[in-house]
Parts: sequence; C-alpha cells; structure tokens
Amino acid sequence: MNKFNDLNGKINGMTQCEFEAEFYRRNPPGSLAVLKNKTAAIAGAGGLGSNVAAALIRSGVYNLIIADFDMVELSNLNRQQFFYDQIGAPKVSALKENLLKINPFVRITAVAEKICESNVKEIFGRADILIEAFDRAEMKAMLIESWCAAFPDKFIVAASGLAGTGRGNAIKAAVYGRLVLCGDQTTEANETTGLIAPRVAMTAALEANCAVEILLSGGIGN
Amino acid sequence: MIEVNGQEVAWRENLSVRELLQICKYSFPLLIVKVNDEFVARSDYDNFKIPDGSNVSVVHLMSGG
Repeated sequence: MNKFNDLNGKINGMTQCEFEAEFYRRNPPGSLAVLKNKTAAIAGAGGLGSNVAAALIRSGVYNLIIADFDMVELSNLNRQQFFYDQIGAPKVSALKENLLKINPFVRITAVAEKICESNVKEIFGRADILIEAFDRAEMKAMLIESWCAAFPDKFIVAASGLAGTGRGNAIKAAVYGRLVLCGDQTTEANETTGLIAPRVAMTAALEANCAVEILLSGGIGN
Repeated sequence: MIEVNGQEVAWRENLSVRELLQICKYSFPLLIVKVNDEFVARSDYDNFKIPDGSNVSVVHLMSGG
C-alpha cells in the first residue's frame, strides 16, 4: 500500500476522485474520460518502454500491460527510468513500482516473460494498441509481424533509428496504415553510435504522443 | 508502374514481393513490407502478387531502445 494512503483509502487527504481531478486538471479537456478506459500494451521496459509508460500514465491512460524479462542493470540508468537501488530487480516490477508512485490508481499488468511469436496474442491481445519498445531489431520485426498478422485492425506504434547524438529534427513518425514507425529510420545502435538519454526519450515521447492521438481519435495524421 | 518508398518502379504481371525486393536490392534481413498499407507476412513474399499502381513501403528495422 502506498505510504500516503491513510486508513480511509485517501491520498494526501483526497479521495480518488479528488486526486484524479487535480492530477489531470491541466490535461486537454475531455481527454481523461476517453483515455481512462483504454488499455495500452508496451513490449519492452527499457529506454523506450519505461519512458513511454510514464508518458501514458501522465496522459491518463489508466490500463497498461508491460512485458519484459530483463533485470535492471547499472548500464540501463543512462537512459531508462529506474533508480540505482532497483538494480537486479525485474524491470517490469521496478517500473510498476515507479509508475504507482506517479499515480497509485492506475492498473499495471507486469509480465516478466520473454515475448515470442506464440505469446504475442495471449499477452497483449486485450490491448487497444501496442507500443513496440524493444532494443534489438530482430525482436522489433518479430513483434510487428506477429501483431499485424493477429490484429490487422489494431494499431502498433514502433521505433527504429534513435541511436547517436543530435539530429533531433530527423526523428519523425511515419504512418504505414496501422503501423506507425517513430525514429530517424537510419541510425542503428552499435558501439560507434551509442544511445543517449534525450534522443531515446524523444523517440519514446513521440511513440506515446502517437498512441494518445490514436486512442483519442481512432487514427493519426501523417 | 508502382511506387516503392516514394520511387517509381516498373511493374510487370505477377510481380511477387520477393521479386520486387530483389529488383530493388533490398537485402536487409529485418524488413517490414506493406503493399497499399496491407502488411505482407514474410511467409507470403512468394505468393503475394503486387497489383499495378500499388504503393509499396519497405521498412528496415534498426536496433536501439
């Protein structure tokens, strides 16, 4: 239980309704009523996924399914929303803990499993939208292929090309029907390029922004 | 004529996705192919025939996240 919860289930003396009204007071009018009832799935809880998740919670998306089988490592902290005292913890558990500190009323389904072709449908199937947040290109391809084959009518927002520094204006969202691809689509992560926090977070924020637009309006402008 | 990632490419009867990838010299292993916004699974690259006038997107996925 959250430490701010008192015996009446109140937070800082506020009921859940009062807490939500004030928390989301500055969000676009009418958006919370829609987003609160949506479910977004995030495949991967690393540099992209941890940033996407926080952005979606703050946008008012109340139901998240987050899957990742990795543990938090020190080398993740350069770009991922974890803390040094969470090193060694499963990423999905650590992320859930952090997200509930932002808003204790959201519902997070944390899945500590490796995603493969055979479990994409089962793990993410009830989501309205899937956000691809893996690191490795093979995993990205597997996820996009599996999702598009299983749910041709649902959107998937993916990321490709976010390594290196600078070139912020090269990060764009390209729309291919119900696949939205965020990134510069050219810079591969390797020992020469590396990954830096703002460029990864920009791409994650762009993914979250596209997801929110799709959840609110049912589509996305190109 | 079809359009592949914004470039015009000559069309011919029964052009499959696999043939198109060879013609365009797309040899990356991690591609996503969409024909008129319809996703084409890797297992359908031989069977999927591209209609004349199609708009084809070939996306190469890169690591990083």
